[in-house]
Amino acid sequence: MSDFAKPLKIALGLAIVAALIVVPMNFNRYGLFILSQWAVMSIAAMGLNLTLGYAGQVSLAQGAFVGIGAYAAAIMTTHGWPLPAAILVAIVLSFAIGWVLGYPALRVQHHYLAFVTLAFSTLAFLVFRNESWLTGGIYGISNIPRPHIFGIATNKPLPFYYVCLGSLAIVSLAVWWLIRSPWGRAFMALRENPLRAQSLGVDTRRYTLMAFAIGSGLGGVAGALYAPLTQYIDPVPFNLSLSLDLLLMVIVGGAGFYFGPFLGAMIAVLLPEWLRFTEGYYLMLYAIAVMLLLIWSPTGILGILDRYLAERRTKAASALRAVAKSRLETVQ
Amino acid sequence: MSNLFDLLVAGFATGAIYALVAVGFTLLWQTSQTINFAQGEFVMLPAFLMLATMHVGAPFWLAIILGILLSIILLGLAFKMLLVDPMMRHGVLPLAIATMALAIGIKESVKQFYSAEASPFPSIVPTGDVSILGHAVSLQSIGVLAVAILAVLGLTTLLSRTSLGHQMQAAAQNPTVARIIGVPVERMILLTFLINAFLVALASLLITPIYLAKFSSGEVLGQAAFIAAIVGGFNQVRGAIAGGLLIGVLDNLAAAYVSTQYRAAVPMLFLIAVILFRPQGLLGRAEERTV
Repeated sequence: MSDFAKPLKIALGLAIVAALIVVPMNFNRYGLFILSQWAVMSIAAMGLNLTLGYAGQVSLAQGAFVGIGAYAAAIMTTHGWPLPAAILVAIVLSFAIGWVLGYPALRVQHHYLAFVTLAFSTLAFLVFRNESWLTGGIYGISNIPRPHIFGIATNKPLPFYYVCLGSLAIVSLAVWWLIRSPWGRAFMALRENPLRAQSLGVDTRRYTLMAFAIGSGLGGVAGALYAPLTQYIDPVPFNLSLSLDLLLMVIVGGAGFYFGPFLGAMIAVLLPEWLRFTEGYYLMLYAIAVMLLLIWSPTGILGILDRYLAERRTKAASALRAVAKSRLETVQ
Repeated sequence: MSNLFDLLVAGFATGAIYALVAVGFTLLWQTSQTINFAQGEFVMLPAFLMLATMHVGAPFWLAIILGILLSIILLGLAFKMLLVDPMMRHGVLPLAIATMALAIGIKESVKQFYSAEASPFPSIVPTGDVSILGHAVSLQSIGVLAVAILAVLGLTTLLSRTSLGHQMQAAAQNPTVARIIGVPVERMILLTFLINAFLVALASLLITPIYLAKFSSGEVLGQAAFIAAIVGGFNQVRGAIAGGLLIGVLDNLAAAYVSTQYRAAVPMLFLIAVILFRPQGLLGRAEERTV
């Protein structure tokens, strides 16, 4: 069975990537905007999935890091810097702040950590809103330019969608590599049993900070793409609800599953568009659906799939065992 | 000086309301490890339940009684049975996240079914000022303080002086032993949920005349209650009361002396400092960390 599974998975993956490249070609402006937003939110959710899903550190500050990245990109590109430089600065900045925010995680866990990061979110929002000499205050920053990539202008929606998709692809590959590296295994050890990880020689201190810093850095990348996507930013989108939304994306998709954030971001960004007919009731229904999902499966949608596959595997294995046993008996 | 006095009175009045909410929050944590991220929305909702019953034609006093009863049923009984009980086996964090979803659900329901606009809410205390030590103090502040103090005194008497209270404490401190000596632990846990629902309904009644009834007002209230509970000590009722009063006063002083823009930052910075240097809270005991 596993002989088929791998090529099948690769084929499926390639088909999805091809569809993401080809299908949007005749989308209208709005469709492309939503799809670009999905790519950007997937990057942010993937960062949070590293912190929360793999390393087990609760963070309610991912929205603030998206904000930090967005403001860094907006301020730099409106002053004539190229976007790649702005992305680099956004990464370094959110990585450094994320590292510092990780320090409380060394002392306190779980809900205390949730509250520290929640407080940080609120503080970041206040800075965005009040430091108008830098951020434009409540009036925000407008006319954020879109970049030229290899000499091609990305002002139109389709080229910029490809910029977002390309960034998503690069980040996905990097995260794929990271969670399979010794670092990723150290993160998981941290989540499963920090004491055991420490006694096995994992430097839990450094990896906790790393988990926070890398996750936050990806939030910064998402923000640096968000700014040229909307071409106008103000403090409102980066308040606490963005952090909560991102957390729910990770949880709904499946925390600790590689594909969880993609699915979670899809549900949070694309589903409202398909469910337009529900009008204002959408968020209410979403909240109820999330509660029901959590009661059924706290590991999200991919958790359900995972359980189903595991059950099928055990059934197949026990069937094989039964066959082997009966053969053994006939031989005797 | 008179300014400082006024600020302190106003601070104690809002602080007393925060304390009510924070006490309920810590009660849920102590008996069932529920971290209720919807606590702020729990305070927002009862005011709308009361407004809705008044729309149907009930007089204010009846609306208060019905509102409190409905809150106890919805925010106490239904919350416990429909969300907390099924989520309990999944652990602390998934339950906390489920209450975040509940917060969104309550907020959006009020917005959809009632109104997105702020509605005025009648006060249980007549408006006007009385003179205390040569200062004009609003009757509103005095009424709020009086009701909150009565509620807290009632609760602490219940917890420390009655057999029922002792059973609740036993159920919170050591459920296994409590069960062995015959305490109906499940019923005690349910009771704390009902008490929490009563406290938030009371807080709603006290705070809504000041800040108007609005679907989004739970966010600020919830955060103030979390901060009060953590600052005071997550595992202590008196800690939550002290934390509530402290945050109320700090909030009012910050608005006057720091800047209105960064007013909200002061309690947050205080919270971060407390978590970093005294994570068990100012009055709390250190909890033994399980690995």
